[in-house]
Amino acid sequence: MAYVAIADKGQDLSHPHSFITKYIWSQDHKVIAIQYGLTAIAVGFVALLLSGVMRLQLGFPDTFSFIDPSEYYQAVTMHGMIMVIYLLTALFLGGFGNYLIPLMVGARDMVFPYLNMLSYWVYLLSVIILMGSFFVTGGPTGAGWTLYPPQAILEGTPGADGGIVLMLISLIVFIVAFTMGGLNYVTTVLQARTRGMSLMRMPLSVWGIFTATVLGLLAFPALLVSGIMMILDRLLGTSFFMPAIVSLGEQTSYGGGSPVLFQHLFWFFGHPEVYIVALPAFGIVSDLLSTHARKNIFGYRMMVWAIVAIGGLSFVVWAHHMYVSGMNPYFGFFFATTTLIIAVPTAIKVYNWVLTLWRGNIHFTVPMLFAIGFIFTFTHGGLTGIFLGNVVVDLPLSDTYFVIAHFHMVMGVSPILVVFGALYHWYPKITGRMFNDTLGKIHFWGTFLGTYSIYLPMHYLGFLGVPRRYFAYEGINFIPESAQTLNEAITIAALIVAAFQFLFVFNVIWSLFKGKKAPGNPWNATTLEWQTPQTPPEHGNWGPELPNVYRWAYDYSVPGADKDFIPQNQPPGDNRQPPITTPREQPREVEPA
Amino acid sequence: MTDSISMTQPEASQEGVPGLVEDWSADKQTFPVPWGKAMMWIFLLSDTFIFTIFLTAYMNVRMTTTVDWPVPSEVFALTIFGNHIPLILIAIMTFILISSSGTMAMAVNFSYRRDRKKVAILMLITAAFGLSFVGMQVFEWSKLILEEGVRPWGNPMGAAQFGSAFFMITGFHGFHVSIGVIYLTVVALKVLRGDYDKKGNYEIVEITGLYWHFVDLVWVFIFAFFYLW
Repeated sequence: MAYVAIADKGQDLSHPHSFITKYIWSQDHKVIAIQYGLTAIAVGFVALLLSGVMRLQLGFPDTFSFIDPSEYYQAVTMHGMIMVIYLLTALFLGGFGNYLIPLMVGARDMVFPYLNMLSYWVYLLSVIILMGSFFVTGGPTGAGWTLYPPQAILEGTPGADGGIVLMLISLIVFIVAFTMGGLNYVTTVLQARTRGMSLMRMPLSVWGIFTATVLGLLAFPALLVSGIMMILDRLLGTSFFMPAIVSLGEQTSYGGGSPVLFQHLFWFFGHPEVYIVALPAFGIVSDLLSTHARKNIFGYRMMVWAIVAIGGLSFVVWAHHMYVSGMNPYFGFFFATTTLIIAVPTAIKVYNWVLTLWRGNIHFTVPMLFAIGFIFTFTHGGLTGIFLGNVVVDLPLSDTYFVIAHFHMVMGVSPILVVFGALYHWYPKITGRMFNDTLGKIHFWGTFLGTYSIYLPMHYLGFLGVPRRYFAYEGINFIPESAQTLNEAITIAALIVAAFQFLFVFNVIWSLFKGKKAPGNPWNATTLEWQTPQTPPEHGNWGPELPNVYRWAYDYSVPGADKDFIPQNQPPGDNRQPPITTPREQPREVEPA
Repeated sequence: MTDSISMTQPEASQEGVPGLVEDWSADKQTFPVPWGKAMMWIFLLSDTFIFTIFLTAYMNVRMTTTVDWPVPSEVFALTIFGNHIPLILIAIMTFILISSSGTMAMAVNFSYRRDRKKVAILMLITAAFGLSFVGMQVFEWSKLILEEGVRPWGNPMGAAQFGSAFFMITGFHGFHVSIGVIYLTVVALKVLRGDYDKKGNYEIVEITGLYWHFVDLVWVFIFAFFYLW
């Protein structure tokens, strides 16, 4: 392999000394990652609180006087938007992307640290604007997280005064922040890998985050443009998305626009967004499974190609969100076909995860529990996706609780399980302390079983035809009384799951001060971030010299090696070491003696 | 930014597909260009999507609106010395912007030769062209708003979306040009001050040029889809 010196810019790094430049206006990718992570988790707890409001109303209608229909819709909207954009996207790309990419590819930092720092502060600004919408007249927007016009900006929708404007401005600011960060992640992966780190030796975490970032850079423009157009519709009275319409008994000044155009633009962003959240989860979970099963990932190349294929396909499936919006029927045919094709690379990944576990030396550590939990929830959510991808099956299920159950399983619970698994996995590296194992396990079982008892019954509600986004169900004859009992049970489960999350917060904070000191490589993992000279890694990551990489990221349980893992930067030494393995020439599994 | 880049540009090892495979499978920089340039290319790819979606959305509302679309060549006609010339201002603006791409290319050429003064002067000329483009756009906007009564929410000539799309798209492009003028001026002044002679490389000139050519190229599409259609 030809090697062209990748610059080691250790001498160029800014070396801050004051507290402020080290921990607040920091250009260190690790500090920025922690800032991103903490902000995202904090705002995620706001969204969790909002889901509690929704569940209280649904489980016990007419009980809580402080929830009126407007507030319910505002909770629905803000819960969805915060969870998808401000928590998951920011946490996976801004948090894990920032922390892991330079460490895993052997770089000292992102290629443009200053831009990276700006990215976080602009993200924080977008969060502040979003939170500000809770305090304006009329409150935050209640248009549903998809913000469909015309109702999103018409009088009568909660938050049509200020809330929707702040929401759109916040989204535009978020996109600016994401672009600054995303350019850094992509360029770092492409241009700043250390010696020996070819693309096909990168851990799958990096592949997932990298591909998701590329998707983001190409999909967020659609949200940006539709956001600008909707702001113009709302503030200047243009009619991009607004047809001639009678609102509250009066003819509005709008006319001639196309609401379906917004849906196309929104979902051209919205569907890749699903994979912006899912692909980093796919990548990270692959690494967790391989590390804790002490076995190389099954079919590394196929895993990489599946990530890239899913990423590419995600741009041609968007209108499967719009089967009931009024499209040419042939569009339904086309988008159903492409949607079902995505099941192929996704299934490859699920099989490969299971085959990675097959006859592995499985350690049921906390990260591993979350990773295995992910396989369950993701398979479950993926299968219901095949229902909804077919036009004829989708039509009766559209806008019912079946849809809620589907997307919460596939892009709510599944990525969150990976987030927790990853946080537990890298916690020792980030903080230098071990977390409390027992608390972690209790947290896992509470979350895993709890979320199942929330979302499994929702599938039945969906089959009953219970419509989503309704404040109350009184007087709807086709819904049996028992549905209400089920709703109560779901609410109780949801409150318990929410309570379990505070266990996690407690564990993180408690272990930070009282946890055992963590060794540099507590999981005996092969990837570069565990081989740093210090734990937690210092500014510049690698000490005087960048690491050299000699092998792929999955040399676990290599026959003949003296340990059950060989770090990526361990040179091929004496005969006790196996030769350099690349994905093309993986060592064959030996029969157990 | 980095020492390896300042000495020699890494080069692709082979031509054609084998070279491509080599570049992507080796443990080196995937693209044989400096980091900043790679980042600018990726940004421009993202920005391409933004403008593509703007234009697609414009075409869509043009098809959905129920009122007749105004005839752009008539709306954008000027009467000069008694002659009624359609699209004359846009033609001049387009000519100026394309000329500015020419001066930018010359600046990049002189930057390869480290010709500090010529680079700076040519970049300032490019910026001046850009500024005059924005100035003419201001003239065009004010004429439409003040004399023709075109507003984002309606106009006397036909479909309201005409004004909406016009102000939105040309506004977003004009914003890009204005940013470009500031960017060019800042870099030109730093070139003149000798900052890049100290650092030993002029790559920023080329990166600025990439952005400027992109803004120029986008204008060609806006011209074709909005004014000529």
